[in-house]
Amino acid sequence: MHLSEIAQILALEIRSAAKHLDTDVLGGYASDLMSDVMANAEEGYLWVTLQTHANIVAVAAMKELAGIILINGREPEKETAEKAEEKNIPILVSRLPAFELIGRLYELGIPGLRADAEES
Amino acid sequence: MDLHVHTCLSPCADLSMVPRTIVGRAKQAGLNAVGICDHNAAANVQAVCEAGREAGIAVIAGMEVTTAEEIHLLALFESEKKLLKFADLVRNHLSGSNDPELFGDQIVVGKNGDPTALEESLLIGATDLGVNRMVKEIHQLEGLAIASHVDRQTFSILSQLGFIPAELDLDGVELSQRAGPEEHYELRGLPVVRCSDAHFPEEIGSAFTTFFIEEASVAEIGMALAAREGRKILKCRARDS
Repeated sequence: MHLSEIAQILALEIRSAAKHLDTDVLGGYASDLMSDVMANAEEGYLWVTLQTHANIVAVAAMKELAGIILINGREPEKETAEKAEEKNIPILVSRLPAFELIGRLYELGIPGLRADAEES
Repeated sequence: MDLHVHTCLSPCADLSMVPRTIVGRAKQAGLNAVGICDHNAAANVQAVCEAGREAGIAVIAGMEVTTAEEIHLLALFESEKKLLKFADLVRNHLSGSNDPELFGDQIVVGKNGDPTALEESLLIGATDLGVNRMVKEIHQLEGLAIASHVDRQTFSILSQLGFIPAELDLDGVELSQRAGPEEHYELRGLPVVRCSDAHFPEEIGSAFTTFFIEEASVAEIGMALAAREGRKILKCRARDS
């Protein structure tokens, strides 16, 4: 599913890289510790977090993530939005808390790292 | 010097961490100076400074502040006055009230250790100031900003932000008592200090830093961190290493 479709269905507000929403989202990862995201997120994944520091852009760029969703209406810091624009990393803002947002992403069929976990 | 010691004001510190005990243990441990850094508060610094003057040991006025990213930073100031200004700012950016049953007591004491008040705000919480802004605020008051226990998996700049942002103007980083050699961490070439992060009297001085400076002041420590005018860090280590 394209990031642009997800943004539309979940009423996400776009804060950067609006021209880079046509990428395919391969999965999702949620964490607020960037060391954890660097260790575990995968290329093409959408990252759900509450962190707004500019380092989120560097982490997303390094891991080649599809984009970042900030939860609870949190706004990226000014520097974060600028860097994200420069690095073509879409940052989207959801009004929902993490639990609700991730539930809806899951309903849309966005898998996690271990989509097979529930069967095992 | 051991620049990172808590008092009984910190909810997680032992109630025996009162001014005279702290300076007594610090002297016993052979330290020339001790930095008082409670979580997000400074109400016990003056009492420890007084006890330090009596005992003949320098006390550095500091705080271990929590940023919005839940990063702990040591903020060290030249004077109690500047620290108190900083404490006002921090108070305005903290929210919630403490539950001693859950988090521990937050006791303000006089130099003899007699309780004079209970701090009610939630010192274990985080401020809503991001790390970039916090470092700027510390520098505005001519303080030093040192990232706490960067080797740890919680509340450290490396755990929260993954790496130290290149543009962040830190004066140094702290390795905790149990940290490995500094080459094990990505410290961007920042000056390294080791401190005990003592929450119990017996931990005071369990890690320390030796500076080549003229006196135990924040200005001199700042010059040593920046390796300016002949000042420098001579060594830093844990006591049992």
